[in-house]
Amino acid sequence: MRMTVSKVNFFYGSKQTLFDINLGIATNKVTALIGPSGCGKSTLLRTFNRMYETVRNARLDGEILLDGQNILSQDVTALRRRVGMVFQRPNPFPKSIFDNVAYGLKINGSKLPLAEAVEKSLRHAALWDEVKDHLHKSAYELSGGQQQRLCIARALAVEPEVLLLDEPCSALDPISTAKIEELLVQLKDLCTIVIVTHNMQQAARVSDFTAFLLTGQLIEFSPTPHLFTTPSDPRTEAYITGRFG
Amino acid sequence: MSGRLRWRKFVSGFMLTMTGVCAFVAVSVLFFILGYLVYHGGASINWSFFTKLPVPVGEVGGGMANAIVGSAKLLLLASLIGVPIGFFGAIYLAEFSGSATAFVVRYAADLLNGVPSIVIGIFAYSLVVLPFKHFSTFAGGVALGVMMIPITLRSTEEFLLAVPRPLREGAMALGASKWKTIATVIVPAAYRGILTAVLLAFARVAGETAPLLFTAFGNEYWSTSWNQPTASLPAMIFKYAISPYEDWHRQAWAAGLVLLGLILVVNIVARGILARGIAVPRS
Repeated sequence: MRMTVSKVNFFYGSKQTLFDINLGIATNKVTALIGPSGCGKSTLLRTFNRMYETVRNARLDGEILLDGQNILSQDVTALRRRVGMVFQRPNPFPKSIFDNVAYGLKINGSKLPLAEAVEKSLRHAALWDEVKDHLHKSAYELSGGQQQRLCIARALAVEPEVLLLDEPCSALDPISTAKIEELLVQLKDLCTIVIVTHNMQQAARVSDFTAFLLTGQLIEFSPTPHLFTTPSDPRTEAYITGRFG
Repeated sequence: MSGRLRWRKFVSGFMLTMTGVCAFVAVSVLFFILGYLVYHGGASINWSFFTKLPVPVGEVGGGMANAIVGSAKLLLLASLIGVPIGFFGAIYLAEFSGSATAFVVRYAADLLNGVPSIVIGIFAYSLVVLPFKHFSTFAGGVALGVMMIPITLRSTEEFLLAVPRPLREGAMALGASKWKTIATVIVPAAYRGILTAVLLAFARVAGETAPLLFTAFGNEYWSTSWNQPTASLPAMIFKYAISPYEDWHRQAWAAGLVLLGLILVVNIVARGILARGIAVPRS
C-alpha cells in the first residue's frame, strides 16, 4: 500500500462532506474514485495532497498515511512534491512549454540538468515528439489535450510517488481523452495513480481498483473488474447500470 | 416586411450608429486636445525649451529645462513611494488578509482616491514642509506618491484576484509555498494589468498641479537638491497660462505638449515591455 486512508471525516465549516472513509491505495496501480456529482470524490482526492487546506474553513479528522507516515503532520510543500496533481482543466502557467515542465524542479532547487529532466518528463507524458521543436513557445499555443499532457509532464518532472488526477479528461475531446487514458496505463510503472472520474467507462478502462462514493460515504471498494461485474452493494449496481447519477 | 420587423431593423441600426458615434467621440477628444496643443505650442518647442532656464518677462527665448527635470524627479520620487506601497499592499489584500480587513482597507483606499488633490497637498505640507520649514522636491514627491497609492493598490488587487484559481493550485500542487506561488506564477500572470495600473496612476499624477503648489512650490532656477523647491511642468503651465504675456502663453502650450509627450513616451516604453512575455488567455 502506498497510501492508507483511515477514519477520515471531512468538513467545510459545519457541513460534513466525507464520512468515515477507509481506503488503501495500492502501489503502482491505478485507483479510480467514481460517483455522482457532489459525492465527495474530488474532496477525497484533495485530502491526499492536502490541497483542501487552500479552502478556508475546511477541516479533516482522521489519518492518511503515505509510506506509513501521517501526511497531516508533514511539511505540506514537501508532501506535495511527493504527491503530484493534475486538475480538471489544463492549467499551464503563462510560461514557455519548457519553463512549465521545469517549474517544479526550479522552485525545489533541483540540481538535475533541466534540459534532460524536461525531455524525460515530456517523453513520459507522450508529448515530446509534438513539442520538441518549439519548447520555448507559449504553453497556450498547444491544444487542450496537449496542454493537459503538458500538465502531466509538469507533475511528473518532480518524480512524485503518487499522481492524483481530478477528472483530467472532462474538458477534452474523445481523441485527447484516449491518449491520456493510454498514458495512464503506462505511467503505472513510474508512480501510483489515483484518478477521479465522472465517466464509469473510463474507470473501467484504466483502473485496477475502483472506489464508489455516494453522499460522502464509501459504498464499495474493490478490484475494478469485480466492482463493475459483480457489485456487492445494490447502490453500486444501481449507479453502474445507469439508474441514477 | 412587417411593421414589427421594420421597427426592429430601425432600432438595431439606430443603436449601432449611436455606439459608433460614441466610440468616435471618445477617440476624437484625445486627438482634438493633441491637435490643439500642437497647434498652439508646437512653434515654441525648440532646443532651448529643453535646455534653457526660464527668462524674465520681456526677454525672448528661454526654456523650461528646470521644470522638465523637476517633473521627472517628482514623478520618480512619487513612483518610488506610491508603487511599492500600492503593490505590496495589494498582495497582502489579495492573498493574505481576511475579508473584513480587506473590506476596510479597500474602502479606505477608495476614500483616499476620492480626496481632492489639493487636500493631499495640504497633508504633505503639514507632514513634510512644516517640520523642515521650507518647500522641497521631496514634499512634492510625497504628495504625488500618496496619490498614487490608492490607484495602484486597488487596480493591482483586482488584477491579482483575477488570476484564475487553477493557476494558483497548479503551483501549490507542485510544492510551491505561498510566497513562491505569488512571485513565480500569480504576479507574472497579472503583471500586464499591474503595469497598466501603475501607468494610469503615473499619468494621473503627472499632470497634478494643486498638490505641488505648496509642496514643491516652484523655482525659477535649477533645484540643486531634493531638499530644495523645484519647478514642475504643471505648475509652470499654471503660472504661465494665467499670466498676461503672449509669449508665456505660447510657452505654457508648449509645456503642455511636452508633458503629454513625456507621459506618452513612458506609456509606449512600458507597453513595449508589456508586449513581451506570455499573457494568460481569457477563458
